Amino acid sequence: MHALRRIVALMKKEFLMILKDPRSRFVIIGPPLIQFFVFGYAATYDLKNVSYAALDESKTAESRQLLSRLDGSENFNRVKTLLSDREIDDVIDRQNARLVVHIGSEFARSIHSGRPAAVQVIVDGRNSNVAMIALGYISTIVAEYNEKLAAGGRLAGRGPGLVLVSRAWFNRNLQSRWFIVSALGGIISMVVVMILTSLSVAREREFGTFDQLLVAPFTPGEILLGKSLPGMLFGLMDALIFCAGAVYWFGVPFRGTVFALVTVLACFIVAIVGVGLLVSSLSVTMQQALLGSFVFMMPAVVLSGFATPIENMPRWLQLATHVNPIRYIIKALRQVFLEGADVYMLWPQIWPLIIMAAVMLPAAGWLFRHRTQ
Amino acid sequence: MNGSAYFRMRLRGILRKEVLQILRDPSSILLAIVMPMVMLFLFGYGVSLDAENVPIAVVTGDRGPAARELAARFSLSRYFKSHTATSMAAAEKTMTEGTVEGIVHLQQGFSSDLATRHQAKVQVIVNGIDANRARLVLGYAGGVLEKWGAVRRARGEPAAVPAVVIRPRIWFNAAADSRNFLVPGLITLIMTLTGVLLTALVVAREWERGTMEAILVTPIRRLDLLLGKVLPYYVLGMMGMVLSVVVGMLLFGVPFRGSFAALFFLSSLFMLASMGLGLFVSAAIRAQFAAAQISILAGFLPALFLSGLLFDLGSTPRFIQILSYVVPARYFVAISHTLFMAGDVWSVLLPNALALAFMAVLFIALAYRKITKRLEG
Amino acid sequence: MTDRSSIPAPADPEPVLAVRDLKKEFPLKKRPAVKALRGVSFDARAGQVTGLVGADGAGKTTLIRTAAGLLAPTAGTVTVLGLDSAADSIEIQSRVGYMPQKFGLYQDLTVEENMALYADLRGVPVAERKARYRILLQMTDLSAFTKRRAGALSGGMKQKLGLACALIKSPKMLLLDEPTVGVDPVSRRELWKIVYEMVEKEGIGVLLSTAYLDEAERCQHVVVLHEGAMLAEGAPATFREQVAGRTFLVDPPSGVKPREIQMRIAGQERILDATIRSGRVRVVTAEADKSPIIDSLSGPWHAEVENAPPTFEDAFMATIPQAHRIDLSKPAQTSTSAEKHGTGEVVVQTRDLTKRFGDFTAVKGITFEVRRAEIFGLLGPNGAGKSTTFRMLCGLLPNTAGEISVAGQNLRRSRSRARSRLGYMAQQFSMYGQISVEENLRFYGRAYGLSRKRLQKRLQWAYEEFGLDRWRDKAAGQLPGGYKQRLAMAAALLHEPEILFLDEPTSGVDPLARREFWLRINGFAQQGVTVVVTTHFMEESEYCDRMLIMSMGKTLAMGTPAEIRTLARTEKNPAPTIDDAFVALAEGTISGNDATPAADLQGDDP
Repeated sequence: MHALRRIVALMKKEFLMILKDPRSRFVIIGPPLIQFFVFGYAATYDLKNVSYAALDESKTAESRQLLSRLDGSENFNRVKTLLSDREIDDVIDRQNARLVVHIGSEFARSIHSGRPAAVQVIVDGRNSNVAMIALGYISTIVAEYNEKLAAGGRLAGRGPGLVLVSRAWFNRNLQSRWFIVSALGGIISMVVVMILTSLSVAREREFGTFDQLLVAPFTPGEILLGKSLPGMLFGLMDALIFCAGAVYWFGVPFRGTVFALVTVLACFIVAIVGVGLLVSSLSVTMQQALLGSFVFMMPAVVLSGFATPIENMPRWLQLATHVNPIRYIIKALRQVFLEGADVYMLWPQIWPLIIMAAVMLPAAGWLFRHRTQ
Repeated sequence: MNGSAYFRMRLRGILRKEVLQILRDPSSILLAIVMPMVMLFLFGYGVSLDAENVPIAVVTGDRGPAARELAARFSLSRYFKSHTATSMAAAEKTMTEGTVEGIVHLQQGFSSDLATRHQAKVQVIVNGIDANRARLVLGYAGGVLEKWGAVRRARGEPAAVPAVVIRPRIWFNAAADSRNFLVPGLITLIMTLTGVLLTALVVAREWERGTMEAILVTPIRRLDLLLGKVLPYYVLGMMGMVLSVVVGMLLFGVPFRGSFAALFFLSSLFMLASMGLGLFVSAAIRAQFAAAQISILAGFLPALFLSGLLFDLGSTPRFIQILSYVVPARYFVAISHTLFMAGDVWSVLLPNALALAFMAVLFIALAYRKITKRLEG
Repeated sequence: MTDRSSIPAPADPEPVLAVRDLKKEFPLKKRPAVKALRGVSFDARAGQVTGLVGADGAGKTTLIRTAAGLLAPTAGTVTVLGLDSAADSIEIQSRVGYMPQKFGLYQDLTVEENMALYADLRGVPVAERKARYRILLQMTDLSAFTKRRAGALSGGMKQKLGLACALIKSPKMLLLDEPTVGVDPVSRRELWKIVYEMVEKEGIGVLLSTAYLDEAERCQHVVVLHEGAMLAEGAPATFREQVAGRTFLVDPPSGVKPREIQMRIAGQERILDATIRSGRVRVVTAEADKSPIIDSLSGPWHAEVENAPPTFEDAFMATIPQAHRIDLSKPAQTSTSAEKHGTGEVVVQTRDLTKRFGDFTAVKGITFEVRRAEIFGLLGPNGAGKSTTFRMLCGLLPNTAGEISVAGQNLRRSRSRARSRLGYMAQQFSMYGQISVEENLRFYGRAYGLSRKRLQKRLQWAYEEFGLDRWRDKAAGQLPGGYKQRLAMAAALLHEPEILFLDEPTSGVDPLARREFWLRINGFAQQGVTVVVTTHFMEESEYCDRMLIMSMGKTLAMGTPAEIRTLARTEKNPAPTIDDAFVALAEGTISGNDATPAADLQGDDP
């Protein structure tokens, strides 16, 4: 009973501190919102208006049809029409255009004579990812064109040969914004929780209030609990706000259950609070606490599958990511949003987080007790 | 002694102090040398946008030779790691469980359709959650089909000739290896970290520790103060840059096609612009905690998200693009990609260099204005 | 560089520093500007030490910073060596030496490197450096430590190095901002020796700010600042003359502690000040008349009152406006439980208490005991091990060897219940700065498990007792210095602890707040609260019943203030102060081994 009163007292104080300190308030409200919107818009792999230049040596109805399909797509934007192949180098080198579509003079004749008509596409590979995606868009457009030629029956006995009929589950239009934005809330709320909890003890040490706390009849466990609960609540609140933002602002579908979302977020935040308290117990100054959280967060985000797939990493690194709590929340958020997961489906992501929390929190408590010298 | 001798003496004193501090303070070394190396290894090994061995399920509802041959082609491709599923239902189950990321379905009658009508349909289902990866997987699948078609035609077997085929040529990065663009981009990030964060922290630290107050009451000039901070951290940042380039080239085999002179000159401009920003932040905000927050928010995160390092700027909404014009990293990402993969293309380098030079002058001038010999900001 | 010959060198009688109607305001957002200086005028002359004396917030630092060209005046002028501080700050900065409160040393750089840096910045010709370094190192006794990093120096050594750096190019004028804050008496004496040497040998002018009133006596000219206004200026002697005949010494009758006498006198009509000095009570009255003293000491309290030669401190207390002084009467009247006094029950006890950090032994076999209602002082210079001892007592640090018992338990191992019987006040201000006074008090009340009703009652008590009522909703960090200390004390006492631990409670606190603080402590001790306190202000130890003087982790001496003073009694100095005794003990000229713990707690005669 007394313990409960003490924890509540500490929690109340922590809330007041966070809400009254302009710097803490800044950490939990301003930048997270800005980051959410700016990165929600900026972080996308979908290409729009890729600048391209056309070199049409065929100058026939067929070549114009193909080019007009490119022009009609929102993915491409013709910035230049070239007259000779000598101009290609220049356009690409200068980055005037990301790619050049070169239609040879034999184009229409080849189509009608039954030989494959080649379209040369020269892509700037400086950003290989953009290059590959742009090529993918072009092949889709060309495949559609082939189908239309075949369907028009103008080329009897010939057609596209093998037709690839593709379908994408969970994200029919393959919008990568869904992929990024659904997980963004997890990352940003993690930053908030990490900074709040890692600074919570370090700040008291630096301002000299920590001894006062230790001399009061708190047990170390009570101090840790009282200090971590506000961070958890703010983190959860932030995360839920961002999830709502993802649905109502960015139009990401939410197909899973809210219960599953809250459950997995809560488990994740408890695990992160454990990490934050660990950093906090280890650091004496706020500077060290900040640097420590940075040292944890940077590699953890890089190795989480947030921006680049874990499957692309070498095997040993993939194994190492299993101890990364962020990996699980990223996967779980995407499952809840896009796959419509419930708690049962999320279980493989939930139990590792519970284990991590169960290891981190006592470890933080132990270190806390042994470092209070 | 004349004025310039005094100036040289003051500068020497303040530079020596700064160098000794860097050498003796582990956190500077940590931020300027260790952190970049960790990031380089993480990005070099950990981050790749190139999919290989994507697990897929191949369902063959057709027993014909053509279907079996195509299924074999999928399993041979280095892009896929195919599992045979007995039925569509079984394949869909593995997909829901997440063990495979795509399903290739050859329906009954595939071989006969191909033989009689020279046409057949191949159904490919992908997990669209990671849209980028899904698109790559679809592209790879198309590639497998196209190659197989060409082989069949070469053997004289019945296969329709596609009316139009694409002959792609990827310049500068023929294998489309994403590491080749990630590592040069990363150097931008590393230099931002040293230039903005470290510079901001060291100046704020002098205010907090009270050493700035003592130094101000000496005949030191504002220029001495500025140079005293700019020169040592410029050298430190450039060392981080050189180290990253060497590691990138030797360990990760990233090509470098430009000239080192151009790299040196242009990265100097970028370094100065970043440091100008860092100095400005720290001259305006004299506390380490706030300086760190602001420099991460104004330096590090924009360098990561608004520079074209990972995400294509051209595809973002207008206001994001406008915002990105004030991010120095944006210009240096373009420069480093060009220098590493294309060479000294001055038509690209020059406009970006001018933008950087402008920002360097602007930020340093702002910082110079903000540095006062008084305690009141 | 400007041609140096173009500025005429000031003639000797000319003031090196002329302050004329100086005003300085710091604008604040949404609130009226802080008026740090409200029209101050005075001169400081070459070959003299001019002292700026005043409590916290008097404007001392602002004035020195303005003279150094670090702040621009809002109105008025400061002329330094004939140059205007706002317009010619660079010129001034090349001619003056300046030491800020934090010394301005680079912790990562060695003694030599710090000196070289300032020599470079000040343009000391390379050829002259060797000789200059040698003089300064000799003067500051740092010759043996040239290769040591500044961060590894003791507080006193840092301060001397800071001074050496300020003197690197023989300045015409020296500006020192509270150079002796937080420094032990030995180092303070050494610093003054260096300052006098510079004044005598090189004839420079020194402007020095201090909150230590005894240091004002060492200045040739004193300027008293109070809340941004100048109250008085003149030689210390002129100050003393103002209170001539108004200062008295009261000898407590046998069996009565001086602090009991002090509490009866303090706060009475026409009494301006009452402090304990060398076992006697020193009183300043409003008029040259000792009747208010005699009136307040009736019956068993009757004591001898004799005239005493006035000191600067007396004059200072008389100069400060009455409204700013404290109501001292309250705690004295609440002392109802005097019968608890001297029950002799041992509450805090240590035996061979030892603490090692790696190879370094911070505390070596300290043994002492504290009885109920006693005020026990732990004294010693910085780094003596008193803080370490203190932290072990509070259970903040585990001890390496020996035994500790506080209220019958070792707090390191005890459950939280035992800790609720003690109150603790840390060295730094340790309330939460962002939240309000009430929120702070409520937090500590709840933390100690006070019920809602009791908490309400105790809050009311705290507001009344400490006069915090009108600050209730103010953020604790924005309280004036004295009120911060009151709040910290209120928080430590909210749960009515039996034992009070106070770590350097008066460090950095101005003389007014210090007096008030000790009066309160006395009041609590009379109510039966046991108090353990550390301090490096030697004169404060007069308020303790007993004390332990530590140096380098070991006990130098232990006993009542009278016993400690007796140790230093010599023919030359028949009435030594605790300060004298401490210096003698620290220098090893006398030994404290014969000072056994006094069995007789009342034996406080000088």
